[in-house]
Amino acid sequence: MAEATALWEVFIRPRNGLSHRHVGSLHAADEVMALQAARDVYTRRGEGNSIWVVPSSAITASDPDHADEMFEPTADKIYRHPTFYEIPDEVGHM
Amino acid sequence: MYSQGLIGADGRTKEDAAFLAAFQARIDAEEKIEPKDAMPEGYRRTLIRQIGQHAHSEIVGMLPEGNWITRAPSLRRKAALLAKVQDEGGHGLYLYSAAETLGVSREEMTEELLSGKAKYSSIFNYPTLSWADIGIVGWLVDGAAIMNQIPLCRCSYGPYARAMIRVCKEESFHQRQGYEIVMTLARGTEAQKAMAQDALNRWWWPSIMMFGPHDSESAHSEQSMAWKIKRFSNDALRQKFIDATVPQAEFLGLTVPDPDMVWDEGLNDGKGGYRHGPIDWDEFWRVVKGGGVMNRDRIKARKKAWDEGAWVREAARAHAAKRAARKMAAE
Repeated sequence: MAEATALWEVFIRPRNGLSHRHVGSLHAADEVMALQAARDVYTRRGEGNSIWVVPSSAITASDPDHADEMFEPTADKIYRHPTFYEIPDEVGHM
Repeated sequence: MYSQGLIGADGRTKEDAAFLAAFQARIDAEEKIEPKDAMPEGYRRTLIRQIGQHAHSEIVGMLPEGNWITRAPSLRRKAALLAKVQDEGGHGLYLYSAAETLGVSREEMTEELLSGKAKYSSIFNYPTLSWADIGIVGWLVDGAAIMNQIPLCRCSYGPYARAMIRVCKEESFHQRQGYEIVMTLARGTEAQKAMAQDALNRWWWPSIMMFGPHDSESAHSEQSMAWKIKRFSNDALRQKFIDATVPQAEFLGLTVPDPDMVWDEGLNDGKGGYRHGPIDWDEFWRVVKGGGVMNRDRIKARKKAWDEGAWVREAARAHAAKRAARKMAAE
C-alpha cells in the first residue's frame, strides 16, 4: 500500500463580506501544496478570493450518535424566540 | 459513470429490522445522510463502489481526450480541450474525497483501479480515432453523463450529492464545446461531414449503453432506488437522453445509426418518444469485462502515470518533512 499523504479540508470565501465556506477536501504533503492544489481543484471558475486549508486531523467534531442530547435541549426553550412574547398590535412593530 | 457504477454492487446488509426501518424513514423523509451518521453496511458498500467507480471514470476519461490535446486544430480548441480535461481531473478528485468520507482511502481506491478490481465506465475503452471523436465524445458521452448525474445531485448521501452539484455546473460547457466541434465539421466540407458521421456511427451505441443494462436485467437497481442513491431507472434515463439527442443530430444533418429507430406516440406516457432498436448487450458485457479495444491501454497508462509519479510524491513528502523540521527548529 502506498504511503498516504495528509488530508486537508478546504474553505473558500466567494467574495468579501461572506464567510469562508467548506467546499471539500484534498490530499497534500504540506500546507503550501495544499493551498496550490485547492486553488486548482476548487477555484477554476472564479469561485472565490480567499482560501483556507485546515488539516482534517485538526478538526474536532460533535458525535452524530449523540446529536440528540447535544442539541435537543434547545428545542424546549421556546422563550429564546421573539414570538414567545405577546405584544399588543397597538404597540406596533417591535 | 454513472449507472455502470452499480454493476457488481452488493447491497446486502446485516443490520436488524428496526435499524433498517429507522434508516429508511430518514431516507423517505428526504433527509441527507452525512459521513459519520449511522448507516447500513450495504448502503456504505454500495456508495463506496459507485462513487469510487465514478471517480475512476473521470480519471480514465481524461485519457481518450488528452490524447488529442496536442493535435487540436486551433488554439481555441486546444484551450477548451485542455480546460475540459483539467475539469475531469477535478471531478475525479471531488468524487474521491466524497468516497473517502465513507472510510475508504485514496490509496485503496487507486490500487483497486490499477489492479482491475474496480471498474470504470466502459465507454472509455473505445478509441478516439479522429478529431470528430472529440466533438462526439463531448456531445454524446458528456451529454449522457449529465443525464445520469443531474438526478445524482439529489442522492441521499450528502457528500456525493454536493460533489455532483459542482460537477454538473462544470459539465455543461463540456457538452456544448463538443456539439460546437461537431457542428463545425457538419457544416464543413463533404470530407469533414463524413468524418462527423463516422464518429457518430461509432459512438452512438456505446453512448446509449452508458445507462447500463435494461431495468429488467439490472440486479442492483431496486435497493439503490429505495435508498435514493439512484433516482431514475436506467431505461428511463436512456429514453430521456435519446429523445433529447435525436433532434440535435437532425439539426446537424447527421443520422443516428439505428435503422430501427421510430417515433412512438405511446412512449413517455403518451407524449411520444424515439423507440430505439435492440442494443447489443454482448458487446457491452465484453467491454465491461475487459475485452474492449482500449481496456489494456487505459490501465497501462494509469499505471505508468502512477509509477512515474512516485518520485514526485516522495519528493513532496521529503520537502514537507524538511520544512516541518526547519519550522520546529526555529520555534
